[in-house]
Amino acid sequence: MTAQKTKFLAASVMVCAVSMAHGQTDELHTRSLAASCSNCHGTDGRAAPGMVALAGYERASLVKNMADFKSGARPATIMHQLAKGYSEAQIDAIAGYFAAQKK
Amino acid sequence: MTQTLNRRSLLKTTVGLVGASGTLGLIGACATGGSGPKVVVIGGGYGGATAAKYVRMWSDYGINVTLVEPNTAFVSCPLSNLVLGGSKTMADITTPYDNLSRRHGVTVVRDMVASIDADKRTVTLDGGSVLAYDRLIVSPGVDFMWETLPGMNRPGAQDNILHAWKAGPQTVALRRQLEALPDGGVYALSIPLAPYRCPPGPYERACQIANYFKTAKPRSKVLVLDANDDVTSKGPLFKKAWADRYAGIIDYRPKHTVVDVDAATNTLKFEFNDDVKAQVLNVLPAMRAGDIAVKSGLATANKRWCEVDFLTFESKAAKNIHVLGDAIQIAALMPKSGHMANQHAKTCAAAVIALLGGQAPNPAPIYNNTCYSFVSPDEVVHVASVHAYNAGAKTMTVVAGAGGVSAAASPLEGAYAFGWAQNIWADALA
Repeated sequence: MTAQKTKFLAASVMVCAVSMAHGQTDELHTRSLAASCSNCHGTDGRAAPGMVALAGYERASLVKNMADFKSGARPATIMHQLAKGYSEAQIDAIAGYFAAQKK
Repeated sequence: MTQTLNRRSLLKTTVGLVGASGTLGLIGACATGGSGPKVVVIGGGYGGATAAKYVRMWSDYGINVTLVEPNTAFVSCPLSNLVLGGSKTMADITTPYDNLSRRHGVTVVRDMVASIDADKRTVTLDGGSVLAYDRLIVSPGVDFMWETLPGMNRPGAQDNILHAWKAGPQTVALRRQLEALPDGGVYALSIPLAPYRCPPGPYERACQIANYFKTAKPRSKVLVLDANDDVTSKGPLFKKAWADRYAGIIDYRPKHTVVDVDAATNTLKFEFNDDVKAQVLNVLPAMRAGDIAVKSGLATANKRWCEVDFLTFESKAAKNIHVLGDAIQIAALMPKSGHMANQHAKTCAAAVIALLGGQAPNPAPIYNNTCYSFVSPDEVVHVASVHAYNAGAKTMTVVAGAGGVSAAASPLEGAYAFGWAQNIWADALA
Protein backbone atom coordinates (compact mmCIF):
# COMPACT_ATOMS: atom_id res chain seq x y z
CA MET A 1 0.00 0.00 0.00
CA THR A 2 1.46 3.35 -0.98
CA ALA A 3 1.73 6.18 1.49
CA GLN A 4 -0.74 8.10 -0.64
CA LYS A 5 -3.28 5.28 -0.45
CA THR A 6 -2.86 4.86 3.32
CA LYS A 7 -3.37 8.57 3.78
CA PHE A 8 -6.52 8.46 1.66
CA LEU A 9 -7.90 5.47 3.56
CA ALA A 10 -7.20 7.07 6.90
CA ALA A 11 -8.91 10.24 5.71
CA SER A 12 -12.00 8.43 4.49
CA VAL A 13 -12.23 6.45 7.70
CA MET A 14 -12.07 9.73 9.52
CA VAL A 15 -14.83 11.25 7.40
CA CYS A 16 -16.91 8.15 7.94
CA ALA A 17 -16.30 8.30 11.67
CA VAL A 18 -17.25 11.96 11.84
CA SER A 19 -20.45 11.60 9.88
CA MET A 20 -21.38 8.52 11.87
CA ALA A 21 -20.70 10.28 15.15
CA HIS A 22 -22.82 13.22 13.99
CA GLY A 23 -25.63 11.03 12.80
CA GLN A 24 -25.68 8.98 15.96
CA THR A 25 -25.41 11.99 18.22
CA ASP A 26 -28.15 13.99 16.51
CA GLU A 27 -30.39 10.98 16.34
CA LEU A 28 -29.98 10.26 20.04
CA HIS A 29 -30.57 13.88 21.02
CA THR A 30 -33.73 14.18 18.91
CA ARG A 31 -34.92 10.84 20.18
CA SER A 32 -34.41 12.01 23.77
CA LEU A 33 -36.24 15.24 23.08
CA ALA A 34 -39.20 13.40 21.55
CA ALA A 35 -39.14 10.86 24.39
CA SER A 36 -40.20 13.61 26.77
CA CYS A 37 -43.63 13.30 25.08
CA SER A 38 -43.83 9.49 25.38
CA ASN A 39 -45.02 9.36 28.98
CA CYS A 40 -48.45 10.38 27.70
CA HIS A 41 -48.25 9.77 23.97
CA GLY A 42 -46.57 6.36 23.94
CA THR A 43 -43.08 5.05 23.24
CA ASP A 44 -42.08 6.51 19.85
CA GLY A 45 -45.56 8.07 19.74
CA ARG A 46 -47.43 4.77 19.56
CA ALA A 47 -50.03 5.62 22.18
CA ALA A 48 -52.19 3.32 24.24
CA PRO A 49 -55.91 4.17 24.12
CA GLY A 50 -56.93 7.43 25.73
CA MET A 51 -54.24 9.66 24.27
CA VAL A 52 -53.42 11.09 20.84
CA ALA A 53 -50.90 8.91 19.00
CA LEU A 54 -48.03 10.95 17.55
CA ALA A 55 -46.36 8.19 15.48
CA GLY A 56 -46.82 8.98 11.81
CA TYR A 57 -48.42 12.34 12.64
CA GLU A 58 -47.86 14.79 9.81
CA ARG A 59 -44.96 17.06 10.68
CA ALA A 60 -46.54 20.37 9.63
CA SER A 61 -49.79 19.58 11.46
CA LEU A 62 -47.99 18.81 14.69
CA VAL A 63 -45.92 22.00 14.41
CA LYS A 64 -49.09 24.03 13.80
CA ASN A 65 -50.97 22.36 16.66
CA MET A 66 -48.15 23.13 19.05
CA ALA A 67 -48.01 26.76 17.85
CA ASP A 68 -51.78 27.02 18.35
CA PHE A 69 -51.49 25.55 21.84
CA LYS A 70 -48.80 28.14 22.61
CA SER A 71 -50.83 31.07 21.28
CA GLY A 72 -54.04 29.88 22.87
CA ALA A 73 -55.76 29.58 19.46
CA ARG A 74 -56.36 25.94 20.27
CA PRO A 75 -57.91 25.37 23.71
CA ALA A 76 -56.41 22.67 25.90
CA THR A 77 -56.37 21.35 29.43
CA ILE A 78 -52.59 20.99 29.70
CA MET A 79 -50.90 21.22 26.29
CA HIS A 80 -50.96 25.03 26.24
CA GLN A 81 -48.84 24.94 29.41
CA LEU A 82 -46.42 22.28 28.16
CA ALA A 83 -46.04 23.67 24.60
CA LYS A 84 -44.71 26.95 26.01
CA GLY A 85 -41.71 25.09 27.42
CA TYR A 86 -40.37 24.07 24.01
CA SER A 87 -38.74 26.31 21.37
CA GLU A 88 -39.86 26.31 17.73
CA ALA A 89 -36.68 24.48 16.76
CA GLN A 90 -37.29 21.82 19.41
CA ILE A 91 -40.92 21.40 18.34
CA ASP A 92 -39.88 21.07 14.70
CA ALA A 93 -37.32 18.38 15.59
CA ILE A 94 -39.88 16.52 17.71
CA ALA A 95 -42.48 16.73 14.91
CA GLY A 96 -39.93 15.44 12.40
CA TYR A 97 -39.11 12.51 14.64
CA PHE A 98 -42.72 11.44 15.18
CA ALA A 99 -43.62 11.90 11.50
CA ALA A 100 -40.96 9.33 10.67
CA GLN A 101 -42.27 6.72 13.14
CA LYS A 102 -44.47 3.86 11.97
CA LYS A 103 -48.05 4.10 13.24
CA MET B 1 -22.30 19.64 16.18
CA THR B 2 -19.49 20.08 13.59
CA GLN B 3 -18.31 23.13 15.49
CA THR B 4 -18.29 21.45 18.87
CA LEU B 5 -16.57 18.22 17.85
CA ASN B 6 -12.98 18.98 18.75
CA ARG B 7 -9.87 17.24 17.51
CA ARG B 8 -9.45 15.11 20.58
CA SER B 9 -12.95 13.59 20.45
CA LEU B 10 -12.54 13.14 16.68
CA LEU B 11 -9.33 11.23 17.25
CA LYS B 12 -10.93 9.12 19.99
CA THR B 13 -13.90 8.25 17.79
CA THR B 14 -11.65 7.35 14.85
CA VAL B 15 -9.40 5.15 16.94
CA GLY B 16 -12.41 3.42 18.41
CA LEU B 17 -13.81 2.62 14.99
CA VAL B 18 -10.58 1.59 13.33
CA GLY B 19 -9.11 -0.37 16.19
CA ALA B 20 -12.39 -1.81 17.44
CA SER B 21 -10.75 -1.49 20.82
CA GLY B 22 -12.68 1.54 21.97
CA THR B 23 -16.10 1.19 23.50
CA LEU B 24 -17.82 2.45 20.35
CA GLY B 25 -16.34 -0.52 18.50
CA LEU B 26 -17.56 -2.75 21.26
CA ILE B 27 -21.15 -1.57 20.91
CA GLY B 28 -21.03 -2.12 17.17
CA ALA B 29 -19.73 -5.63 17.69
CA CYS B 30 -22.23 -6.62 20.34
CA ALA B 31 -25.25 -5.84 18.17
CA THR B 32 -24.57 -9.18 16.55
CA GLY B 33 -22.41 -10.69 19.27
CA GLY B 34 -23.82 -10.72 22.81
CA SER B 35 -20.77 -9.79 24.81
CA GLY B 36 -21.65 -6.10 24.84
CA PRO B 37 -21.29 -3.66 27.72
CA LYS B 38 -23.21 -4.52 30.88
CA VAL B 39 -25.66 -2.25 32.61
CA VAL B 40 -27.29 -3.27 35.89
CA VAL B 41 -30.42 -1.44 37.03
CA ILE B 42 -31.44 -1.54 40.69
CA GLY B 43 -35.19 -1.12 41.15
CA GLY B 44 -38.08 -1.69 38.74
CA GLY B 45 -40.27 1.32 39.50
CA TYR B 46 -41.13 4.19 37.18
CA GLY B 47 -37.44 5.13 36.93
CA GLY B 48 -35.67 1.77 36.83
CA ALA B 49 -38.08 -0.06 34.52
CA THR B 50 -37.99 2.81 32.03
CA ALA B 51 -34.19 2.99 32.19
CA ALA B 52 -33.86 -0.77 31.58
CA LYS B 53 -36.15 -0.68 28.55
CA TYR B 54 -34.66 2.45 27.00
CA VAL B 55 -31.01 1.39 27.43
CA ARG B 56 -31.88 -1.79 25.52
CA MET B 57 -34.03 -0.08 22.89
CA TRP B 58 -31.79 2.91 22.23
CA SER B 59 -28.61 0.80 22.04
CA ASP B 60 -30.30 -1.26 19.34
CA TYR B 61 -30.25 -4.08 21.88
CA GLY B 62 -26.44 -3.99 21.98
CA ILE B 63 -26.06 -3.30 25.69
CA ASN B 64 -26.87 -6.10 28.13
CA VAL B 65 -29.27 -5.00 30.85
CA THR B 66 -30.06 -6.78 34.12
CA LEU B 67 -32.86 -5.38 36.25
CA VAL B 68 -32.84 -6.34 39.93
CA GLU B 69 -36.27 -6.01 41.51
CA PRO B 70 -37.73 -7.89 44.52
CA ASN B 71 -41.41 -7.63 43.54
CA THR B 72 -43.06 -10.01 41.08
CA ALA B 73 -44.95 -7.20 39.35
CA PHE B 74 -44.98 -3.42 39.08
CA VAL B 75 -47.63 -1.81 41.27
CA SER B 76 -48.28 1.85 40.53
CA CYS B 77 -48.31 4.41 43.32
CA PRO B 78 -50.21 6.84 41.06
CA LEU B 79 -53.88 5.69 41.11
CA SER B 80 -53.29 3.66 44.31
CA ASN B 81 -55.32 6.26 46.24
CA LEU B 82 -58.29 5.18 44.10
CA VAL B 83 -57.83 1.66 45.47
CA LEU B 84 -57.99 3.09 49.00
CA GLY B 85 -61.17 4.96 48.02
CA GLY B 86 -62.63 1.78 46.55
CA SER B 87 -63.14 2.88 42.92
CA LYS B 88 -60.18 0.84 41.55
CA THR B 89 -58.69 -2.54 42.40
CA MET B 90 -55.08 -3.71 42.83
CA ALA B 91 -55.38 -5.52 39.50
CA ASP B 92 -56.09 -2.15 37.83
CA ILE B 93 -52.74 -0.74 38.98
CA THR B 94 -50.55 -3.84 38.55
CA THR B 95 -48.42 -4.60 35.47
CA PRO B 96 -46.15 -7.64 35.07
CA TYR B 97 -42.46 -7.35 34.13
CA ASP B 98 -42.81 -9.99 31.37
CA ASN B 99 -42.59 -7.61 28.43
CA LEU B 100 -39.29 -6.16 29.62
CA SER B 101 -37.72 -9.59 29.26
CA ARG B 102 -39.78 -10.95 26.36
CA ARG B 103 -39.84 -7.93 24.07
CA HIS B 104 -36.73 -6.11 25.19
CA GLY B 105 -34.38 -8.83 26.35
CA VAL B 106 -33.90 -7.35 29.82
CA THR B 107 -32.74 -9.98 32.31
CA VAL B 108 -35.09 -9.51 35.24
CA VAL B 109 -33.70 -10.89 38.51
CA ARG B 110 -36.10 -11.14 41.43
CA ASP B 111 -33.86 -10.16 44.30
CA MET B 112 -32.53 -7.25 46.34
CA VAL B 113 -29.07 -5.73 46.10
CA ALA B 114 -27.13 -6.25 49.32
CA SER B 115 -24.07 -4.20 48.41
CA ILE B 116 -22.33 -2.27 45.66
CA ASP B 117 -18.58 -2.42 45.05
CA ALA B 118 -17.84 0.71 43.04
CA ASP B 119 -14.15 -0.16 42.57
CA LYS B 120 -14.72 -3.67 41.26
CA ARG B 121 -17.93 -2.55 39.52
CA THR B 122 -20.03 -5.35 40.95
CA VAL B 123 -23.23 -5.66 42.91
CA THR B 124 -23.90 -8.53 45.31
CA LEU B 125 -27.47 -9.70 45.67
CA ASP B 126 -29.18 -10.90 48.86
CA GLY B 127 -29.31 -14.33 47.22
CA GLY B 128 -25.50 -14.32 47.01
CA SER B 129 -24.90 -13.91 43.29
CA VAL B 130 -22.58 -11.22 42.01
CA LEU B 131 -23.32 -9.13 38.92
CA ALA B 132 -20.60 -7.21 37.09
CA TYR B 133 -21.41 -3.90 35.43
CA ASP B 134 -19.82 -1.29 33.22
CA ARG B 135 -22.40 1.23 34.42
CA LEU B 136 -24.88 0.90 37.26
CA ILE B 137 -28.26 2.64 37.40
CA VAL B 138 -29.66 2.96 40.93
CA SER B 139 -33.37 3.71 41.11
CA PRO B 140 -34.37 2.55 44.60
CA GLY B 141 -37.16 5.03 45.32
CA VAL B 142 -37.57 6.10 48.92
CA ASP B 143 -37.32 4.48 52.31
CA PHE B 144 -38.60 5.83 55.60
CA MET B 145 -36.74 7.58 58.41
CA TRP B 146 -38.24 5.43 61.15
CA GLU B 147 -35.64 6.76 63.58
CA THR B 148 -37.62 10.03 63.68
CA LEU B 149 -40.66 8.18 65.19
CA PRO B 150 -39.37 6.05 68.10
CA GLY B 151 -42.73 4.41 68.83
CA MET B 152 -42.92 3.03 65.32
CA ASN B 153 -39.88 0.86 66.06
CA ARG B 154 -41.65 -1.09 68.82
CA PRO B 155 -42.64 -4.65 67.89
CA GLY B 156 -45.80 -4.77 65.79
CA ALA B 157 -46.19 -0.99 65.42
CA GLN B 158 -45.46 -0.97 61.69
CA ASP B 159 -47.93 -3.82 61.15
CA ASN B 160 -50.85 -1.85 62.57
CA ILE B 161 -49.99 1.72 61.63
CA LEU B 162 -49.50 1.86 57.90
CA HIS B 163 -47.99 4.30 55.43
CA ALA B 164 -49.30 2.73 52.21
CA TRP B 165 -46.82 5.07 50.49
CA LYS B 166 -45.41 2.21 48.44
CA ALA B 167 -48.29 0.68 46.55
CA GLY B 168 -48.67 -3.02 47.30
CA PRO B 169 -49.64 -5.06 50.38
CA GLN B 170 -49.96 -1.92 52.52
CA THR B 171 -52.50 -0.46 50.08
CA VAL B 172 -54.64 -3.57 50.52
CA ALA B 173 -54.18 -3.56 54.30
CA LEU B 174 -55.10 0.12 54.69
CA ARG B 175 -58.21 -0.39 52.56
CA ARG B 176 -59.21 -3.22 54.94
CA GLN B 177 -58.73 -0.93 57.95
CA LEU B 178 -60.96 1.68 56.30
CA GLU B 179 -63.62 -0.91 55.52
CA ALA B 180 -63.53 -2.15 59.12
CA LEU B 181 -63.84 1.37 60.53
CA PRO B 182 -67.27 1.90 62.08
CA ASP B 183 -69.41 4.78 60.80
CA GLY B 184 -68.42 7.77 62.90
CA GLY B 185 -64.80 6.58 63.27
CA VAL B 186 -61.88 8.87 62.44
CA TYR B 187 -59.09 8.33 59.90
CA ALA B 188 -56.01 10.51 60.50
CA LEU B 189 -53.32 11.06 57.89
CA SER B 190 -50.00 12.67 58.84
CA ILE B 191 -47.80 14.34 56.22
CA PRO B 192 -44.05 14.91 56.71
CA LEU B 193 -42.16 18.07 55.84
CA ALA B 194 -41.32 18.35 52.13
CA PRO B 195 -39.47 16.96 50.24
CA TYR B 196 -41.27 13.64 50.17
CA ARG B 197 -42.48 11.30 47.40
CA CYS B 198 -45.43 12.67 45.42
CA PRO B 199 -46.20 16.16 46.82
CA PRO B 200 -49.96 16.18 45.98
CA GLY B 201 -50.45 12.50 46.90
CA PRO B 202 -51.58 12.97 50.53
CA TYR B 203 -54.17 15.57 49.57
CA GLU B 204 -55.52 13.32 46.83
CA ARG B 205 -55.68 10.50 49.39
CA ALA B 206 -57.75 12.70 51.71
CA CYS B 207 -60.20 13.31 48.81
CA GLN B 208 -60.52 9.63 47.93
CA ILE B 209 -61.08 8.47 51.50
CA ALA B 210 -63.52 11.33 52.16
CA ASN B 211 -65.40 10.31 49.03
CA TYR B 212 -65.63 6.76 50.37
CA PHE B 213 -66.86 7.98 53.75
CA LYS B 214 -69.41 10.28 52.11
CA THR B 215 -71.33 7.31 50.78
CA ALA B 216 -70.34 4.41 53.06
CA LYS B 217 -69.73 6.04 56.47
CA PRO B 218 -71.31 9.50 56.41
CA ARG B 219 -70.50 10.26 60.07
CA SER B 220 -66.79 9.45 59.70
CA LYS B 221 -64.07 12.09 59.39
CA VAL B 222 -60.76 12.51 57.60
CA LEU B 223 -58.24 14.37 59.72
CA VAL B 224 -55.19 15.67 57.81
CA LEU B 225 -52.20 16.62 59.97
CA ASP B 226 -49.60 18.34 57.82
CA ALA B 227 -46.10 19.22 59.04
CA ASN B 228 -45.89 21.81 56.27
CA ASP B 229 -47.12 25.39 56.60
CA ASP B 230 -49.77 24.80 53.96
CA VAL B 231 -50.86 22.33 51.26
CA THR B 232 -47.61 21.73 49.31
CA SER B 233 -49.12 21.22 45.83
CA LYS B 234 -52.26 22.45 43.99
CA GLY B 235 -53.36 24.11 47.25
CA PRO B 236 -56.28 26.24 45.99
CA LEU B 237 -57.64 23.35 43.87
CA PHE B 238 -57.58 20.87 46.76
CA LYS B 239 -59.06 23.38 49.18
CA LYS B 240 -61.87 24.08 46.75
CA ALA B 241 -62.57 20.35 46.41
CA TRP B 242 -62.60 19.96 50.19
CA ALA B 243 -64.99 22.91 50.63
CA ASP B 244 -67.28 22.00 47.71
CA ARG B 245 -67.38 18.22 48.05
CA TYR B 246 -66.14 17.17 51.46
CA ALA B 247 -67.22 19.96 53.83
CA GLY B 248 -67.64 18.56 57.32
CA ILE B 249 -65.66 15.43 56.43
CA ILE B 250 -62.11 16.67 55.84
CA ASP B 251 -60.46 18.61 58.65
CA TYR B 252 -57.13 20.03 57.44
CA ARG B 253 -54.58 21.17 60.04
CA PRO B 254 -51.24 22.58 58.82
CA LYS B 255 -48.09 23.02 60.96
CA HIS B 256 -48.59 19.70 62.72
CA THR B 257 -45.27 17.88 62.91
CA VAL B 258 -45.56 14.33 64.24
CA VAL B 259 -42.64 13.52 66.56
CA ASP B 260 -43.85 10.18 67.88
CA VAL B 261 -46.58 7.59 67.54
CA ASP B 262 -48.05 5.44 70.30
CA ALA B 263 -49.23 2.40 68.43
CA ALA B 264 -50.77 0.83 71.54
CA THR B 265 -53.26 3.69 71.94
CA ASN B 266 -53.37 4.88 68.29
CA THR B 267 -52.07 8.30 69.29
CA LEU B 268 -50.05 10.83 67.30
CA LYS B 269 -47.71 13.07 69.28
CA PHE B 270 -46.71 16.46 67.90
CA GLU B 271 -43.92 18.94 68.34
CA PHE B 272 -46.25 21.75 69.47
CA ASN B 273 -49.86 20.56 69.25
CA ASP B 274 -52.06 18.39 71.46
CA ASP B 275 -52.10 14.62 70.94
CA VAL B 276 -54.51 13.23 68.37
CA LYS B 277 -56.19 9.84 68.67
CA ALA B 278 -57.91 8.14 65.76
CA GLN B 279 -59.19 4.64 64.99
CA VAL B 280 -57.15 4.47 61.78
CA LEU B 281 -53.76 6.17 61.75
CA ASN B 282 -51.98 6.56 58.41
CA VAL B 283 -48.50 7.87 59.10
CA LEU B 284 -46.23 9.08 56.32
CA PRO B 285 -42.80 9.24 57.96
CA ALA B 286 -40.05 11.54 56.73
CA MET B 287 -38.43 10.02 53.65
CA ARG B 288 -34.97 9.58 52.18
CA ALA B 289 -33.33 7.76 49.29
CA GLY B 290 -33.83 3.99 49.27
CA ASP B 291 -31.66 1.94 51.67
CA ILE B 292 -29.16 0.67 49.11
CA ALA B 293 -28.32 4.23 48.03
CA VAL B 294 -27.81 5.40 51.61
CA LYS B 295 -25.85 2.27 52.56
CA SER B 296 -23.58 2.70 49.52
CA GLY B 297 -22.67 6.29 50.38
CA LEU B 298 -24.57 7.76 47.44
CA ALA B 299 -26.88 9.92 49.60
CA THR B 300 -24.55 12.88 50.00
CA ALA B 301 -27.18 15.59 50.63
CA ASN B 302 -27.95 15.50 54.39
CA LYS B 303 -27.45 11.73 54.18
CA ARG B 304 -30.95 11.69 52.67
CA TRP B 305 -30.78 12.29 48.94
CA CYS B 306 -28.30 11.50 46.16
CA GLU B 307 -26.62 14.35 44.34
CA VAL B 308 -26.23 13.79 40.60
CA ASP B 309 -24.92 15.47 37.47
CA PHE B 310 -28.15 16.35 35.67
CA LEU B 311 -26.60 15.77 32.21
CA THR B 312 -26.00 12.09 32.94
CA PHE B 313 -27.53 11.33 36.36
CA GLU B 314 -24.10 10.07 37.32
CA SER B 315 -23.63 10.20 41.09
CA LYS B 316 -21.45 13.01 42.40
CA ALA B 317 -20.07 10.49 44.90
CA ALA B 318 -19.18 7.52 42.68
CA LYS B 319 -18.06 7.03 39.10
CA ASN B 320 -20.03 4.79 36.72
CA ILE B 321 -22.99 4.83 39.11
CA HIS B 322 -26.11 6.73 38.07
CA VAL B 323 -29.00 7.53 40.41
CA LEU B 324 -32.46 8.61 39.35
CA GLY B 325 -36.07 9.03 40.44
CA ASP B 326 -37.26 9.88 43.94
CA ALA B 327 -33.85 9.08 45.45
CA ILE B 328 -32.06 12.11 44.02
CA GLN B 329 -31.47 15.54 45.49
CA ILE B 330 -33.96 17.33 43.27
CA ALA B 331 -33.36 20.53 41.35
CA ALA B 332 -35.52 23.51 42.31
CA LEU B 333 -39.25 22.94 41.67
CA MET B 334 -38.65 19.39 40.46
CA PRO B 335 -41.17 17.08 42.15
CA LYS B 336 -40.48 13.55 43.30
CA SER B 337 -42.97 11.92 40.94
CA GLY B 338 -43.29 8.82 38.80
CA HIS B 339 -43.56 10.98 35.69
CA MET B 340 -40.33 12.77 36.58
CA ALA B 341 -38.56 9.46 37.31
CA ASN B 342 -39.56 8.22 33.84
CA GLN B 343 -38.05 11.38 32.32
CA HIS B 344 -34.88 11.07 34.40
CA ALA B 345 -34.61 7.48 33.17
CA LYS B 346 -34.64 8.40 29.48
CA THR B 347 -32.10 11.18 29.96
CA CYS B 348 -29.94 8.75 31.94
CA ALA B 349 -30.38 5.94 29.38
CA ALA B 350 -29.28 8.22 26.52
CA ALA B 351 -26.28 9.40 28.55
CA VAL B 352 -25.25 5.88 29.56
CA ILE B 353 -25.33 4.78 25.91
CA ALA B 354 -23.32 7.84 24.84
CA LEU B 355 -20.74 7.37 27.60
CA LEU B 356 -20.32 3.66 26.90
CA GLY B 357 -19.79 4.61 23.27
CA GLY B 358 -17.14 7.20 24.15
CA GLN B 359 -19.40 10.07 23.12
CA ALA B 360 -20.47 13.22 24.90
CA PRO B 361 -23.92 13.14 26.47
CA ASN B 362 -26.69 15.46 25.31
CA PRO B 363 -25.62 18.91 26.55
CA ALA B 364 -29.18 20.26 26.72
CA PRO B 365 -31.73 17.83 28.16
CA ILE B 366 -35.30 19.07 28.48
CA TYR B 367 -38.33 17.31 29.89
CA ASN B 368 -41.61 17.91 31.62
CA ASN B 369 -43.67 16.86 34.59
CA THR B 370 -47.39 16.15 34.57
CA CYS B 371 -49.07 15.28 37.81
CA TYR B 372 -52.76 14.41 37.85
CA SER B 373 -54.70 14.21 41.13
CA PHE B 374 -58.19 12.77 41.54
CA VAL B 375 -60.46 14.91 43.72
CA SER B 376 -63.30 12.38 43.22
CA PRO B 377 -63.33 8.95 41.53
CA ASP B 378 -63.44 10.60 38.09
CA GLU B 379 -62.63 14.30 38.35
CA VAL B 380 -59.05 15.47 38.19
CA VAL B 381 -56.77 18.47 38.62
CA HIS B 382 -53.21 18.70 37.32
CA VAL B 383 -49.94 20.53 37.80
CA ALA B 384 -47.47 20.65 34.90
CA SER B 385 -43.96 22.05 34.43
CA VAL B 386 -41.16 21.98 31.87
CA HIS B 387 -37.55 21.60 33.02
CA ALA B 388 -34.46 22.39 30.94
CA TYR B 389 -30.75 22.11 31.67
CA ASN B 390 -29.20 25.39 32.71
CA ALA B 391 -25.54 25.17 31.69
CA GLY B 392 -24.54 28.17 33.84
CA ALA B 393 -26.09 26.80 37.02
CA LYS B 394 -25.31 23.16 36.03
CA THR B 395 -28.77 22.06 37.08
CA MET B 396 -32.29 21.74 35.74
CA THR B 397 -34.44 24.87 35.98
CA VAL B 398 -38.09 25.36 35.09
CA VAL B 399 -38.74 27.05 31.76
CA ALA B 400 -40.27 30.44 32.58
CA GLY B 401 -43.77 30.98 31.22
CA ALA B 402 -44.45 27.28 30.81
CA GLY B 403 -46.42 24.97 33.09
CA GLY B 404 -49.34 25.66 35.39
CA VAL B 405 -52.34 24.07 37.03
CA SER B 406 -55.91 23.21 36.02
CA ALA B 407 -58.48 25.98 35.95
CA ALA B 408 -60.88 23.62 37.73
CA ALA B 409 -61.42 19.91 38.36
CA SER B 410 -63.02 18.13 35.41
CA PRO B 411 -64.02 14.67 34.15
CA LEU B 412 -62.15 15.45 30.90
CA GLU B 413 -58.90 15.60 32.86
CA GLY B 414 -60.05 12.45 34.63
CA ALA B 415 -60.09 10.69 31.27
CA TYR B 416 -56.64 12.11 30.46
CA ALA B 417 -55.32 10.94 33.82
CA PHE B 418 -56.37 7.36 33.08
CA GLY B 419 -54.84 7.74 29.59
CA TRP B 420 -51.65 9.06 31.18
CA ALA B 421 -51.48 6.00 33.44
CA GLN B 422 -51.97 3.49 30.62
CA ASN B 423 -49.35 5.24 28.51
CA ILE B 424 -46.66 5.71 31.12
CA TRP B 425 -47.06 2.09 32.27
CA ALA B 426 -46.60 1.00 28.67
CA ASP B 427 -43.68 3.40 28.17
CA ALA B 428 -41.91 1.89 31.18
CA LEU B 429 -42.93 -1.75 30.88
CA ALA B 430 -44.36 -2.73 27.47
